[in-house]
Amino acid sequence: MQVFNFAKPLNFMRLKWAAVVLSTLLVLGSFTSIAINGINWGLDFTGGTVIEVGFAKPADLVAVRQTLTNAGYDDAVVQLFGTSRDVLIRIPLRPDIAQAEVGDTVLQALNSQQADAVTMRRVEFVGPSVGEELKQDGGLAMLMALLGILAYVAMRFEWRLSVGAVAALAHDVILTLGLFSVLQLEFDLTVLAAILALIGYSINDTIVVFDRIRESFRKLRETTVAETINDAITSTLNRTVITSLTTVLVLVVLFYMGGALIHGFATALLFGIAVGTYSSVYVASAIAEILGISREDMLPPPPVDKEGEGIDAL
Amino acid sequence: MLNKNPAWRYVLVISMLLLALVYALPNLYPEDPALNISATRGGTVAEQTRLQLEQGFRAANIVAKSVVLEEGQILARFNSTEDQLQAREIANQQLGANFITALNLAPATPGWLTAIGATPMNLGLDLRGGVHFLLAVDMKAALDKNLNDMVQTFRADLREDKIRYRNVQADIGRGQVQITFRSAEDLAAAEAALKQRDRELVFTTGSDNQTLLVSLSENRLKEIREYALEQNITIIRNRVNEIGVAEPLVQRQGADRIVVQLPGVQDTAQAKEILGATASLEFRLVDTDGDLAAALEGRVPPNSELYYSRDGRPVLLEKRIMLTGDHITGASSGYDEYSRPQVNIKLDAKGGSLLSASTKDTIGRRMASVFIEYKPGTEIGADGNPVLIKQQEVINDATIQARLGRDFVITGINSPAEAQNLATLLRAGALIAPIQIIEERTIGPSLGKENIELGITAIQWGMVVVLLFMAVYYKAFGMVANIALVANLVLLVGVMSLIPGATLTLPGMAGIVLTVGMAVDANVLIFERIREELLEGRSVQQAIHHGYDRAFATIADSNITTLLVALVLFGIGTGPVKGFAVTLAIGILTSIFTAVVGTRLLVNLIWGGRRVQSLPI
Repeated sequence: MQVFNFAKPLNFMRLKWAAVVLSTLLVLGSFTSIAINGINWGLDFTGGTVIEVGFAKPADLVAVRQTLTNAGYDDAVVQLFGTSRDVLIRIPLRPDIAQAEVGDTVLQALNSQQADAVTMRRVEFVGPSVGEELKQDGGLAMLMALLGILAYVAMRFEWRLSVGAVAALAHDVILTLGLFSVLQLEFDLTVLAAILALIGYSINDTIVVFDRIRESFRKLRETTVAETINDAITSTLNRTVITSLTTVLVLVVLFYMGGALIHGFATALLFGIAVGTYSSVYVASAIAEILGISREDMLPPPPVDKEGEGIDAL
Repeated sequence: MLNKNPAWRYVLVISMLLLALVYALPNLYPEDPALNISATRGGTVAEQTRLQLEQGFRAANIVAKSVVLEEGQILARFNSTEDQLQAREIANQQLGANFITALNLAPATPGWLTAIGATPMNLGLDLRGGVHFLLAVDMKAALDKNLNDMVQTFRADLREDKIRYRNVQADIGRGQVQITFRSAEDLAAAEAALKQRDRELVFTTGSDNQTLLVSLSENRLKEIREYALEQNITIIRNRVNEIGVAEPLVQRQGADRIVVQLPGVQDTAQAKEILGATASLEFRLVDTDGDLAAALEGRVPPNSELYYSRDGRPVLLEKRIMLTGDHITGASSGYDEYSRPQVNIKLDAKGGSLLSASTKDTIGRRMASVFIEYKPGTEIGADGNPVLIKQQEVINDATIQARLGRDFVITGINSPAEAQNLATLLRAGALIAPIQIIEERTIGPSLGKENIELGITAIQWGMVVVLLFMAVYYKAFGMVANIALVANLVLLVGVMSLIPGATLTLPGMAGIVLTVGMAVDANVLIFERIREELLEGRSVQQAIHHGYDRAFATIADSNITTLLVALVLFGIGTGPVKGFAVTLAIGILTSIFTAVVGTRLLVNLIWGGRRVQSLPI
């Protein structure tokens, strides 16, 4: 069984300008949304207190809100979390209260004023300095990951491909951030982890295509650059689609079965992998072509085959 | 050509997988609800304690699976949590305040596995429940206090050296001490004198030539910060041990942070009280004239109070306090010239003169150090939190040999370990930098359990989906990839269990699911390559050979970059995210091994040794 079986390479590069325009529009759109709507930063980044409590019966949110208002937390956000018996209470940072004690006092208030006792499922408090640091560290981590990849690909392949790869990665990250901004999904630490994992996944995809571009350049001597790239993308298309498919399958499982805490993580990766698959075909290769990659750039034989021998000797 | 592998390669791969399987096994055994019983400072847990407990459990009709004494602690296992909770009450009643009982989940790993060091994976707090605190040490307070101490010291030093000065004051904002003089000569003399006393001081002269600005060298500032952090860590560690938590973690994070993790603790209010409790220290004279026997019967002399030492020995101390611990600026253990253990104590200027005055006429008498700590007791106060109990104990008493000053030593200590312990307590009583909770995460036990279940379900279904897909799409080769995928999971769990620092978290479990989806990538690459080679008209054996060889470079390149990302994640992540990075990195390495090395062996074993015309791929 095979998904695609093409007699001739598909002409992917014919659509390169359309892809460039589409991607540019999407990136600009993401930036616009981030500028206007901002990102719905989660507790990890904003600081504050989140309390998750469990009720024996479906929870009465109005009563919970009333209790919290009576206890002096009229700025609390109360919502159901996952099931009708789970309630999530968010209390923003305020200078006038001892933050570290908010969790305890809220639980006490709920337990003394509600008819049924609640069970504490989770209390998280993050101080203002911690969140600010995390934003900086997170941004720094993304930059470091991108720079590391830029250096590695430039060393193993060629600078034009390296620029293409990193542009594709930045494209994926920006679009995923854009999605979170447009839908106002909560951006917490697990989403940051997902985006970094996405960088890892997406570069994986891109390198498989690049590897084949390098190989095709050496194999096909009488073709144009665009034809060579088309040939490489076509021959790796089956692999690209199948790997994306198995990954998407497990992510769908994770999305539906992993619980509410993993939702953001699964969403970011699901979207990111869809975008990443497109970008490793179009953005990365198209940019390398537009930058003017040529057969000569690829000819000095890099030590590719050596590694093949290495595994053979094992 | 035929594709054959030497036998040793099979032996190597199979034995690696078997080893991983053995080390992964402990994760399959359930955990027993258990009680951990340890002694407080000074006490010991003996075989007799164990027997006493066993009897107590039997009398209350609680069936204990086992009660064993190991490494100075008793571990009692039970069949249910109800038994465990009941047993705790009995243990508390029977053993009293000298013992700490902690609820615990003890892995029921069979003896033969424990003997070879096979233990289950560490579970993160998001899976087992508990509290995570991030504490920040208030370094500014430590530096400010130091500055104020410097002012006192300079005044005393200048007076002693008979150098006239107009004023000495601390400039907290600039982090320096300002000394004003009447003349430039006085200033020069003062600078020379102070420099001789402390080489770590940095001097600058003001524009009027009559103001001397003194600050500390970078080196000394660093030392003060380190000291404040270490001091807090030591104190917190001591306290956490007394809360009765089975496997607490107290760890430094960065320059001024401390991570405290208390698995299983639900009552954060109590934990916070304990972390925030203040300890202090007092030096008092021993009342040798008072009648100790009478005091024990309740007739304490009016000017004295009855105290107990750590080993329970009663001591009568005078009510008057000679010196309080906040004057201590340092305490360290060391040896005298005959290499007997001793504790060196440094006081600030004010403390030095106080002690000097109070020991002038008391040479030859005994001086006791009293350690005072506030701990939450069993009683619950009006605010719903446990009432703090003042605990006082005499940690040392020694004869005053001479008039004491800013530096003095306590000798006559039995062992180096005791000297070290005493130094720690002396420092604890003089906490120079307060701490503040800047992050707290509490996960209830029910949520932890749910998270584990969710994670396991997701991994199972993720596996099922991918296994089915591969079997349908690649037929027999798909089954080979599936065997590799299952082996990969075993290897991943085995390695995670083997590495002591690796912790499984909820995002880590998501990472395993992701690994399952991505691990087949290597096999997809190889199989697609083999198909291509076959299409190009190569023979079956050549196609297999080239398929593996050509795909390997690609697999290596693409996974090295992913590994790079995992490293970055590990670097910035905390707690759960770090767990994700660890599973991702280990998953990449194990999947390369199983998908490339493992499947090649299997493929060669099945198809490589004979002449086949086509492949079921």
